[in-house]
Amino acid sequence: MIKVLFFAQLRESLNCAELRIELNDPKFASILKSAFTLEQLREQLANTDDTWQLNMQNGKLLMAVNQTIVNGEHILQDGDEVAFFPPVTGG
Amino acid sequence: MISVQTHDFDMATEYHALLTNTDSTINSADGAVVTFVGLVRDYNQGNHVQGLTLEHYPGMTEKALEDIVINARAKWLLGKVRVIHRVGQLNLSDQIVFVGVTSKHREAAFEAAQFIMDFLKNRAPFWKKENTDQGTRWVEAEVKDELAQQRWD
Repeated sequence: MIKVLFFAQLRESLNCAELRIELNDPKFASILKSAFTLEQLREQLANTDDTWQLNMQNGKLLMAVNQTIVNGEHILQDGDEVAFFPPVTGG
Repeated sequence: MISVQTHDFDMATEYHALLTNTDSTINSADGAVVTFVGLVRDYNQGNHVQGLTLEHYPGMTEKALEDIVINARAKWLLGKVRVIHRVGQLNLSDQIVFVGVTSKHREAAFEAAQFIMDFLKNRAPFWKKENTDQGTRWVEAEVKDELAQQRWD
């Protein structure tokens, strides 16, 4: 299982704070034959519907795996915590 | 030491703590203390701001701030470093962030405090949602903050 978190305006636009993805879900069967990358997860989520398409394909989105910012080539493992979020604005 | 908290902080208390060693003796090794406090401002990106809500990614925020402090310590010889960032509902002029750095001489303390703020602005997962006279809006990340971080490359 992979936990996927969404923050700030992305969470509001998707109306979704958290998803749990079972790796044995049939919709991931084709890509699970090879390594499953973060970019593939993003594409899979974007295919959900028009709202997800619009939000998940925003080039400015940042991605983290296990609380460290990484790029799309990062290979996901069972048990990972993935997060998608807009550019940060603290301070 | 890193804190992410909803409650306010007291500048005098934090300053005193920076001058005190963990064993309660006086930190007499350092001759410089630089502190920075960031506040909620009344006007931002073309809107009159009434207050804001700070969202964060619990766990990752602390980790990101710790990494920034580790990187600062690798660049400069520092004494004590303190970072506090508030989350939740904040009003005009409320304190948002505190950075305090001590070092033997001023140059390292000044530079490290700026370095920590520049990286905090770009790497720490906090998001501001402002209450303005036009309704609520998410603050946009600014190019100037990205450029400020790049000067340390």
